[in-house]
Amino acid sequence: MEGWDKGTKSVVGEIPLLSIRAGPRDGDAWRQRLKEEYRALIAYTSVNKAKDNDWFRISAANPEGTRWEGTCWYVHNLRRYEFPLQFDIPVAYPQVAPEIELPTLDGKTHKMYRGGKICLTVHFKPLWAKNCPRFGIAHALCLGLAPWLAAEVPILVDSGMVKHKDDEAAPSEASGSAPAAAS
Amino acid sequence: MEEEQLRALLRDLDALKQRPDDTASIERMRERVLALMNPAAAAACAAAARSKIKDMSSEVVDSNPYSRLMALQRMGVVDNYERIRDYSVAIVGIGGVGSVAAEMLTRCGIGRLLLYDYDTVELANMNRLFFRPEQSYSLNITTVNGFETFLASLKARSSHERSTGVDLVLSCVDNYEARMVVNQACNELGQTWMESGCSIWSDRPREVCGFEYKGVVAGLLVQNALKYLLKFGQVSPYLGYNSLKDYFPTMEMRPNPQCSNPACVQRQKEYMEAKPARDAAAKAKMEAEASAADEGPIHLDNDWNISVLDDDDATTSSIRSSADILPEGLVRELPDADSYPEPPAPVSSSAIDDDLEELQRQLHALNSS
Repeated sequence: MEGWDKGTKSVVGEIPLLSIRAGPRDGDAWRQRLKEEYRALIAYTSVNKAKDNDWFRISAANPEGTRWEGTCWYVHNLRRYEFPLQFDIPVAYPQVAPEIELPTLDGKTHKMYRGGKICLTVHFKPLWAKNCPRFGIAHALCLGLAPWLAAEVPILVDSGMVKHKDDEAAPSEASGSAPAAAS
Repeated sequence: MEEEQLRALLRDLDALKQRPDDTASIERMRERVLALMNPAAAAACAAAARSKIKDMSSEVVDSNPYSRLMALQRMGVVDNYERIRDYSVAIVGIGGVGSVAAEMLTRCGIGRLLLYDYDTVELANMNRLFFRPEQSYSLNITTVNGFETFLASLKARSSHERSTGVDLVLSCVDNYEARMVVNQACNELGQTWMESGCSIWSDRPREVCGFEYKGVVAGLLVQNALKYLLKFGQVSPYLGYNSLKDYFPTMEMRPNPQCSNPACVQRQKEYMEAKPARDAAAKAKMEAEASAADEGPIHLDNDWNISVLDDDDATTSSIRSSADILPEGLVRELPDADSYPEPPAPVSSSAIDDDLEELQRQLHALNSS
């Protein structure tokens, strides 16, 4: 697993691997796969909390488990930047990894396709292909989204493309003065 | 119209670089810019479209839009070129290659085109091109809903009542995910399809892989499509084009008998079962061509030991070795999935006893803490 930092490598080893090769159109097999997905997500979230690195929330947006939504955040210079996230489980899953989207960042960075799909490193897809079907949503988050945030958020913040939500308050609120009267 | 005009403008600019004092070209560019600035006038030109022509005439007259195409038939290259109007082709991905391919097929007189693209902006541009697609779909075929729509649209009967579905699918997408989806759909439907793609291997600037390169790829794709539909020439299972070296490698592509996709394995089985019929047809075709070729004596002895390559030869020889050997200049993009040498740890292989709802609750509990 060259190309990943030590932190990521040690964490990913603690996420349970999945065994069922089933996609969203595979009926009962998909339900079994979903169970494995949840187990991996529960384990990954617990590990993150234990390491004081809780950085996302995610849940299924539909009963079939083919659409997922949530939030992720990244701390840069002691401030926490939050981003809504979403993705669909592609039909060719798990051979094909889910394309995670951060819609509020759409258009703000080159490392993103239209609609907010994050553009992953050259390492990610070969690693996913090699490990199919053992990687799941948790792995996509750990090996895909997390490194992306680590690489892109500092640049986005430092360049001013992304503002902290406290800094986005309207000028009249920030200054605390009464609304200007029309003269 | 606009995209066409802009592309033409680009071509004129490039030509101008070679001949800076070509005033005719400057005039032409000026006219194009004016046309772009005045879309109403351009639309008026487009509105004066001709009515649909009933039969393709091979008459070599200026007013016959099919005269040059039908020349292929007169020259004996293609039998019955008119059949092109009976065919439907679906093009997935209307980007660099797909849009050029769609234009080419239209100019060749294809009967029906189905166009699919995820990007609504480009699809909006399609309306201003010189042809009007009968049906166009703006959807993401990689999602579950999109995929079902995609399948249904491929299966739907055309209005001609002669064809069900489409005769050929051309994949002109730019990403692995969509390619896998087209593959999946075509495997499930038993649909013939052709794949195309462009990739940049070096870190040279993007100009190296520009419109002209995509035009070549589109041309090769459409040519292969026409050969398949109109049954002339040899359809290449794989054709590559290395534009920097002008190198065109070809190779056989064999299916993977250990493919993890059940639909694929099923299609392979059907293909093998149809082998005797195929061999008989190939033999008959060879005999017909041989007898048509010479009026002289039919060769009873086989000096050159010519024989049709038997599919069995390929399967008995190691599939892996033939699959691994790629022509020079080609590399695999993605590695194969590892197979675990030892069985997975008991924890992961046992069926999970908790039911789905319980697991959801557990995750939710973690989310809230």
